[in-house]
Amino acid sequence: MSAVEVKNLVKKYGSIDAVKGISFSIDEGEIFGLIGPNGAGKTTALRVMSTLLSINGGSVTILGYDLSKQAPEIRRLISYLPEDAGAYKNLSGRAYLQFIANFFDPKEVPAMVQKGIEITNLGVRIDDRVDTYSKGMMRRLLVGRALMTNPKLAILDEPTSGLDVINAQEIRKLIKSTAQTGTTVLLSSHNMLEVEYLCDRIALIAEGKIVETGKPKALMEKYKARNIEEVFIRTVHE
Amino acid sequence: MSGLGNITKKEIRELLTPATFIPIIVIALIFATMGTSLQGMQEQAQEPPIIGVISEDNSSYSAMASTVLHTYAKSVYNSTSTADLQIGLQTVEQHNGVAVVIIPGNFSERITEGQQGTLEVYWIMKGTGLMDSISSSILESLLSFISTNVSKELIKQNSTVNASFVLSPTQRIETTYYKNREFAGLSPNTISGMLTSQSILIPIVMMMIIVMAGSIVITSMALEKENKTLETLLTLPVKRTSIVTGKIIAAAIIGLLLAVIYMIGMQFYFRGFEMSGGVNLAAYGLTLSSTDFIWVGISLFLALIAGLSLCMLLGTFAKNYKSAQTLTFPITMLAMIPMFITMFADFDTLPLPIKILTFAIPFSHPMMASRALLFDDYILVIGGIVYVGLFALVTISIVVWVFKTDRLLTGTMKFKWLKALKRRRF
Repeated sequence: MSAVEVKNLVKKYGSIDAVKGISFSIDEGEIFGLIGPNGAGKTTALRVMSTLLSINGGSVTILGYDLSKQAPEIRRLISYLPEDAGAYKNLSGRAYLQFIANFFDPKEVPAMVQKGIEITNLGVRIDDRVDTYSKGMMRRLLVGRALMTNPKLAILDEPTSGLDVINAQEIRKLIKSTAQTGTTVLLSSHNMLEVEYLCDRIALIAEGKIVETGKPKALMEKYKARNIEEVFIRTVHE
Repeated sequence: MSGLGNITKKEIRELLTPATFIPIIVIALIFATMGTSLQGMQEQAQEPPIIGVISEDNSSYSAMASTVLHTYAKSVYNSTSTADLQIGLQTVEQHNGVAVVIIPGNFSERITEGQQGTLEVYWIMKGTGLMDSISSSILESLLSFISTNVSKELIKQNSTVNASFVLSPTQRIETTYYKNREFAGLSPNTISGMLTSQSILIPIVMMMIIVMAGSIVITSMALEKENKTLETLLTLPVKRTSIVTGKIIAAAIIGLLLAVIYMIGMQFYFRGFEMSGGVNLAAYGLTLSSTDFIWVGISLFLALIAGLSLCMLLGTFAKNYKSAQTLTFPITMLAMIPMFITMFADFDTLPLPIKILTFAIPFSHPMMASRALLFDDYILVIGGIVYVGLFALVTISIVVWVFKTDRLLTGTMKFKWLKALKRRRF
């Protein structure tokens, strides 16, 4: 069964067509990457999947629920990490995780918070106010927040954005292990190495349209490319 | 282009937004309407007071008093018998007049005997606001002028007259009719003074609550956007209605806490004014029952909710903390307008356009509620509660609807004319 089924999705901002009829599907437990240049429509597509934006055409089904009609049901099963997300600055890291966990099943709250603290790996700094965190610490807190709720579908927009090499590596491993526990992951990234390492399948998007879909290895063979970066350049620019 | 020109052009471009201009334009229109109406009201109030005169005395001092009254006031009813008092009051009331003055038969006789001559004044009070008391103040000046003229005459006739008597040769016995009640021994100005707390304290406190709690809500929305926490919040399994009402309730609690602190300070400040009159409000039945306090509480609570939901709606326009500061301006104005109106005049005595405006602003109702309840005007209070409740309900529904649309995140506004203007200029 597909975790995500997108058919001819159209999203407009006034007269601007941000997404022009894209279609793809993601299997359960799969890590699916949406790759494309700036302004290609990646973030818009992810925001639509996250129930933040309405659609102008086509259909989106997430975990069996129709996005247009059953957004509240979808919100119980997903977790979204925006690219430039922030946290409440007057809360401590722990209080922020607690605040988010309180929206879920009360029985699971302590375990969720504990899992969040482990993912963030902030040590004693978890009890410091968020406004004292560095960019990397903030990102780790937000990744922890996104994954601690055991979502069926994790939508991650540039999950390692702002992280140094070591932290980014940890987050990638975490995403991989999360997918192995059955969570479906939809992510966007500019980092082609990350995409190659993480994703089971990718879709290359340019100017609101999907230009290529497939497994990274298969795409590299198809385009006789040494890496995904070359595939990306050939499909998008050639 | 010079550095200065470049910076100026960029700043104008950033500041030229609908969120900046529309509230100011609306407020300017409201003030223009208010100014025109209040000007007419002021001109009307400054005209000679309309009175009735009943004079049972035909001798010199009463003639002097009658002359002053007929010269400087407009007498619409004249009689020579106190038995006609009720007819006189009805006639004066029909002409929107201010009082019936009775010059008793022994007025001159008492003065001649070295005793204070009595003038009986039956006031018809229109309202407790500052503007409402202009006509009665003019008549009070005329009555003092009569006393001065009598003093002059007494000194002219007899230089050895008792000094304390000659300085105050007349006295007044006053009765005021207001909202179907009779206040024996009180003038309209005294009653207005007694109601200082209802006239000034409550509107000021209400205005402060709205402004402070309102800015909390608007800033909260702006910070959600600026700190990029809104997107996360909107993808969590929580109803949009819960987000909206949660923010409103939190701001209302903080607003009420701040109000209590303000109220304590202001009450100490106003206690001085109330004590100076030395009049016991309870003796005239001017106290609120426990049921009345519940009505005032409901009115205050609903106005706060209505105000905060309006702030939430404005908050959805806020892009960041800076723009939130601009958006608190219309709320401040909407709270200040009824505050000044209720200080200056009673709802009943307002010109129709201002009456409609006052009723339409939800914050007016708790400002007027306690004063209205003192005079058993339940229709105004309950009508206001129903209106404010509906206002809050509709506004919250609109906010929830906005929360369900893309507008909250994308901030798309279809002001095509403004975009076209910007494109043309820059």
